[in-house]
Order: sequence, then structure tokens, then C-alpha cells
Amino acid sequence: MLTIKNLHASVAGQEILKGINLEIKAGEIHAIMGPNGSGKSTLASVLAGREEYEVTEGAVEFLGKDILDLAPEDRAREGLFLAFQYPVEIPGVSSNNFLRTALNQIRKYRGLEPMNAVHFLKLMKEKMALVEIDQKLINRSLNEGFSGGEKKRNEIFQMAMLEPKLAILDETDSGLDIDALRIVANGVNKLKSKDNATIVVTHYQRLLDYIVPDYVHVLYNGRIVKSGDKSLALELEDKGYDWIKAGVDGVVS
Amino acid sequence: MIEQLKDSFKTFETQLNGASKSSWHQLRKKAMVTLESNGLPKAKDEEYRYTHLGRILDKKFQFTDLSMAGRDSNHGENILFHDADAHHIYINNGIVDKEKIKSLAVNGLIMLTLQEASDKYPKDIDAHLGNHSNNNKDAFTALNTIFSYEGVFIKVEKNALIDKPILLHYSTTKQLKQPVYQSRNLIIVESGAQVEMIESYTSHEEEEYFSNHVSEIVIGANAHLNYYKLQNQSNKTYHVDNTYIAQAKDSVVTSYIFTLEGKIIRNNLNFALEDQNCETHLFGLYVAHGDNHIDNHTVVNHKFPNCFSNQIYKGILDDTAKAVFNGKIFVQPDAQKTNAFQSNKNILLTDTASMNSKPQLEIWADDVKCSHGCTTGQLDEEQLFYLRSRGISKSSARGMLLHAFVDDVLDKIKIDFLHDFVGAEMNNRLD
Repeated sequence: MLTIKNLHASVAGQEILKGINLEIKAGEIHAIMGPNGSGKSTLASVLAGREEYEVTEGAVEFLGKDILDLAPEDRAREGLFLAFQYPVEIPGVSSNNFLRTALNQIRKYRGLEPMNAVHFLKLMKEKMALVEIDQKLINRSLNEGFSGGEKKRNEIFQMAMLEPKLAILDETDSGLDIDALRIVANGVNKLKSKDNATIVVTHYQRLLDYIVPDYVHVLYNGRIVKSGDKSLALELEDKGYDWIKAGVDGVVS
Repeated sequence: MIEQLKDSFKTFETQLNGASKSSWHQLRKKAMVTLESNGLPKAKDEEYRYTHLGRILDKKFQFTDLSMAGRDSNHGENILFHDADAHHIYINNGIVDKEKIKSLAVNGLIMLTLQEASDKYPKDIDAHLGNHSNNNKDAFTALNTIFSYEGVFIKVEKNALIDKPILLHYSTTKQLKQPVYQSRNLIIVESGAQVEMIESYTSHEEEEYFSNHVSEIVIGANAHLNYYKLQNQSNKTYHVDNTYIAQAKDSVVTSYIFTLEGKIIRNNLNFALEDQNCETHLFGLYVAHGDNHIDNHTVVNHKFPNCFSNQIYKGILDDTAKAVFNGKIFVQPDAQKTNAFQSNKNILLTDTASMNSKPQLEIWADDVKCSHGCTTGQLDEEQLFYLRSRGISKSSARGMLLHAFVDDVLDKIKIDFLHDFVGAEMNNRLD
């Protein structure tokens, strides 16, 4: 589904990603962990098409298509979704109008008729129940005045509405209490199928008790330096990152 | 230019016949003296620093023939809201449609040309005409006072509730040379009365003209006025609007200015809160493109305690458009317990558009709540990216953010057909 080859990216002239290689297949969940500043969020941003990041080398193929030249909206229309680490508040834009516009522009791109209001509302109801989000929140302007947990839940709600093929959750668990974490994880698990895939970017092993990854990768200093199964996350929780850093830095020097 | 104006004034006087002895004409003479000593605004004039009107007008327009002779009063081009449920008054090329305005009279509402009113309601004219405006402070007010002859007189009588809006259609038809129009309104809303008014400005798209408009509006105790100006002229329009509103106690006035097009537009909106417990709202929205130049100056003068004023002006500037906002709030020594707020927000869509925003608060009382804020910036890149990352195109995302920006002002419009029109114009411009 997603093939990343030797991806290098920099921001403001400073190289952050220094050769990422990653292969993700349909039905898989990959966790990307790593210490602060290792490039986790940069990877998520580059995949979603954030313009301030410059890709200097490498390729990203998504469902057989090179996506690096696509605009962010076209990546979304191809089926990519980024749950933001810091969801943006947009006063004056209603969640309803926002989601309907997004959904119908995605449908148009795929050659489908726009969804009518009745179907749209029905879909909203269904997905709201799935991620246990309150109608009151949806009635407000997009993310405006939402608590941290409400914003993250709204990201998962949007994901449920747009049904991406590949979802990237960028530290969706940061700052969530255990109840909110359970709800978010529960939403992700219910949306999982053999046809879609998920990348979970996180600091904390705790999330991985609820969203069980097939693979765990450790990102350090712009490269994936170690990959394994879910037991690697437990090992990291136990031992921290120093042993990995030492290993890598030792090899390099 | 002043010499030209003096000659023009002499010619004008000879056309007035018997009216040259009237008190109105004494106002004209005084204004001529004032203008002669002050001149038109120069480049260094602080009030017109960003809008160099004096020089432009001098170059572009002839001030030799300011008389009204030979102008037709047919309805002009591009008039909006023909079918709206309203009292329609037509002012074309500065001339009021006299027959139409007479036919409109309803209980509690007097509408006449200013000329006729000076015969029929001399007391109102003497008490108010020229008494709320300031020739010394603003040269264009003086210019209008000297030469204005035509205009609308509206009097909403005590406790009258006017069921539908009074709609003043200002329009122009094509003339041979660049004309100068000066029209003058006197509007009196007596105590306890309630009325909505719209001034809708349109023009012939090929006509280059200068219009210099003055309105004096007198609001009685406990009276209510919603007052809208829609400026939707061509990009060849030079327009100066001076509006002076005096509020008596317990009155509520809400003003709206929507500027959608114009070469140079300058609005001076002046509120004098002349007694306690006045409430004043000022909403402004300007959407400028091409080389439009839109300048809004507001003054809210709090003279007495316990008054409230709130102003929100918003602008979206594209291409090489320029806009100016200058908002003055005065809180006089006696005006304790004043609440006065002001906000001016602007979005620049290009690197070549520019905005000059200047809030000025002068507070002489010590127990007041006042605030002001102004922001000018580009569309928020984070917000744009967020919308796009959900599959929304860049142009739709921009449109959504711009709509969100103007919606809080649009939502304040209480007249449906006006709300729909301005909303639709916004859609055309922003999407």
C-alpha cells in the first residue's frame, strides 16, 4: 500500500529525515516510536504534504502512485488521512459544512455522485456513535474551544467519516486521559479492516496496549534504526531509548 | 482650485433667485469662507494622509459648473432591489425623483426633497441643517454645504414604527464630462420612533465621477435606527461620504457600511452621543480588489455617562488594493461608566495589497471600559493545510476561511434581501 524509499526531507534548510525506508501492506498497523526530535512528526507531515517540508531525495508510493508531487487535498482524495498532533481551531467554519465539503470533494475525485443531505446526516449519526462524540461538539465551529481530548476525538471522527485507506495518527494519544484514550483506540480498532492500514506515531507504549501493532519501528535521528514486533515497544518502555541511541551513535562514530 | 470654486459659487448664487436670502444660504456663505481659509486636504493633512483626495480631485475634475441645470432625474443604471418591499426613493446624478418621493407619504413618515422641506418645515431645517456637521473639520463637508441644493429630507414622527425599510437608490447615468455630484440629507427620527434605512449606491460602469455626500441624522430619545450603506459603484467612482449622527438619551443606532467597489471611497462616520444610555453599533465590511482604495474613518464621541459603543470593521484586500481604517473613540470627562469597544481585522490576499489601520482612543474619564484591537495578516496557513488535508481544494479552503472571517458581520444584517445580496456578492468574490 505504502512504500517509502530512502526518503530525505528538510525544513528551513535543515535535514530532518535522512533516508527512511518503510513498507506497509493493507491490513497492517505500524507503530513509529522514538525520542523527541527524531523526526516522527516530520515523517507524518511529509506524507500528508505539508508545504514547508522539502523532500530532497527518495520516493513515496501510495497504492502504486507517486504522491510526492500531489497537493495535500489530492493525497487525501487518494485515501491518505493525517490525524493531527495539534488539530487546528477554525472559528466560523461549521463541522457539518466542513465534513460535507470534504466528503463530496473526495467523492467527486473518485467519480462518485455527491452524497445528499439525508445520507450524510445518517452517516454522521452512525460515525458519531462509533467514536462516542457528542452532537453538541459537532454543532460548534470546527475544534473551536474544544478540550485537547475533544479535539483528538474529533480527528478520529473525521477519519471515520472519510474512511481513508491509510491513516496516520500523529501522537493522537498525547495528553489523553485513560478514558479518552480507550475511546480513541476503540474507534481506530472498529475502523480497522483488511483493506486499510494505520500508522501510529507515538511516544508512549501505553497506546499500544489498546491499538496492537503488527510492527514497531524506532525512528532516531532521521532514520529507522530498529524494527520489530509489539514486544519491541515493551522493551522500549522498560529500557528507554538510550540503549538504541548508544547503539546507533556507536556505529556511526 | 479655491478660486475656481469661488467663481462657481457666484454663478450658483445667481441661479438661486429668491432663495439667496434664506438661512440655508447663509450656511453656504459661511461654509465658503471656511473652505477658503482651510483649503482642500493637502498631502500632509493627517486626516487625509493615506487618501490624497485634494490633489486627485483637482487634477481630474472640473469644479466650474456645479449647478444642477440640465440633469435628468431618470433612474440610473444598475439599480438594485427594485422589487424589494421598501419605500423606494431614487436619486440619480444627484437629483431626487420629486414625484416619486411625494407619492410615498405614509402615516408618521414625512419624505420630501430638502428644497421642499425648507419651505414646509423651516423650523426643522433651522434647528438641524448644518448643526450636526462640521465644515471646519472636514473640507468635503464644507464643499457639500456650499454647493448642495438637492437632497432628501426624512422625518419619522414621534413613536412612529415604520413597517418597511426606506431605501435610497443613488445612481448615475453617463454624462458628457466627468461630473461632480453633491447631495445632502437631513434625517430626523423623533423620540420613540423606529425605522430602518438603506442607502444603496450604484453607478454607470463607464462614468468617472466624484460624488460628495453629507447626511445629518438626528436621533430622538429612545428612538431606534438601523442604518445601512451599500457602496457598489464602479471602479471609476470617487466618493466621499460624511455622515453625522447625533443620539439623544436611551437611543439605539446600528450602522453598517458594505463597500464592494470604488476607485477611491472615503467614509467619515461620526457619532455624537449627546446624552446618557445611548447604544451604538458600527459594522463595516470592505472587499477591495484591483486598485480600489477604501478609507473608513469613524468617530464615536462619548459625552455622557452610561453609554455603550461597539465597532467591528473587517476587510479583505486583493490585488493592489489599499484600505485605511481610522477609528477614534473619545470619552469625555463626564462620560463615566462608558463601555466602548473597537476591532478592525484585515486579510491581505496578495503581497501587493496594503492596509493602514489606526485606532485612536482618547479617554478623559476614569471609570470606563474601553478596548481596541487591530490585526492585518494573510490567511492562516495552518488552517488552510488542515482543510486541504481532508480533501478540500485550495480554492474551496480559502473560500471557507474568508466566509468564516466575514460571517459574524454578515449575520448582523437584519434585512433579508440585503443579507442575501451581500452574502451572494461575498460568494462571487471569495470563491
